[in-house]
Amino acid sequence: MNIQVNGEARELPDGSTVAGVLAALDVPEQGVAVAVDGVVVRRAEWPRTAVGDGAHVEILTAVQGG
Amino acid sequence: MTGDAAGEPTGMLAIGDHKFTSRLVIGTGGAANLDVLERALTASGTELTTVAMRRADLGSGSGVLDLLRRLGIAVLPNTAGCRTAAEAVLTAQLAREALGTDLIKLEVHADDRTLLPDPIETVDAAQQLTDEGFTVLAYTNDDPVTALRLEEAGCAAVMPLGSPIGTGLGIRNPHNIELIVARAGVPVVLDAGIGTASDATLAMELGCDAVLLSTAVTRAQDPERMAAAMRAGVTAGRLAREAGRIPQRFWAQASSPPR
Repeated sequence: MNIQVNGEARELPDGSTVAGVLAALDVPEQGVAVAVDGVVVRRAEWPRTAVGDGAHVEILTAVQGG
Repeated sequence: MTGDAAGEPTGMLAIGDHKFTSRLVIGTGGAANLDVLERALTASGTELTTVAMRRADLGSGSGVLDLLRRLGIAVLPNTAGCRTAAEAVLTAQLAREALGTDLIKLEVHADDRTLLPDPIETVDAAQQLTDEGFTVLAYTNDDPVTALRLEEAGCAAVMPLGSPIGTGLGIRNPHNIELIVARAGVPVVLDAGIGTASDATLAMELGCDAVLLSTAVTRAQDPERMAAAMRAGVTAGRLAREAGRIPQRFWAQASSPPR
């Protein structure tokens, strides 16, 4: 399936979960948050939340600012 | 409690359930690199420091988070860059999820040129976030009415600007800051516009509970030295406020006894 991660097209296995997306992209799990189609997915839900084809996934972290 | 000695301010800064000895909150924006930032943060004595939430650079960690953790400084995520209440609420939810803190510096900017806070969107977002259990520190104009509205919305602190972000113009309307302080039931944190140490001192003399600044330190020629100056400035202003200044007079008044 094809999804958008932080605005970039990515191809991942069908049925991938949020946790699977993070693992596939080698994203460290600490210090990040994930929204799928504009809705925050709680950390505890990552292993059981499936990401649908065409989903927009945003992965955010803290940077210098403010 | 600190401050048994005459040379130390009394009390702690309490924002919601969070307590701090330092009354200087530092923003991490504008630092040339993490080494400069580390020296400045250490010199400032800060216990609370802001970060922004942005798209993760896939494949790399967050250097600033690692730094704050190592220095034992609490992290204060902000919603900088948000233009609407909805964006700010989503950013706050993501920040809580990523960082495991209920603290959020709410800022909703009206436009890029002034970066002034949008009061309508800010109050709306503040209400939603306090309903969701966030400890909200709200960036606001130096408007006493908006400050009250934010307090009524449940904000744990109001953060009026001294002047627009990054201008270094200091406190343009000290009387408004005093009006906000006079009626506030929550801590008042002077945020934005600080240029040099005397600005931070003035904020505290006016009765603010703390000062938040970033670029005045991070973009100073010597950030570490300016951080130390800000720390001293905040302490001086707090001590002066607690000490109670003399009333201003028009005519001279001799300090020696009459002959």
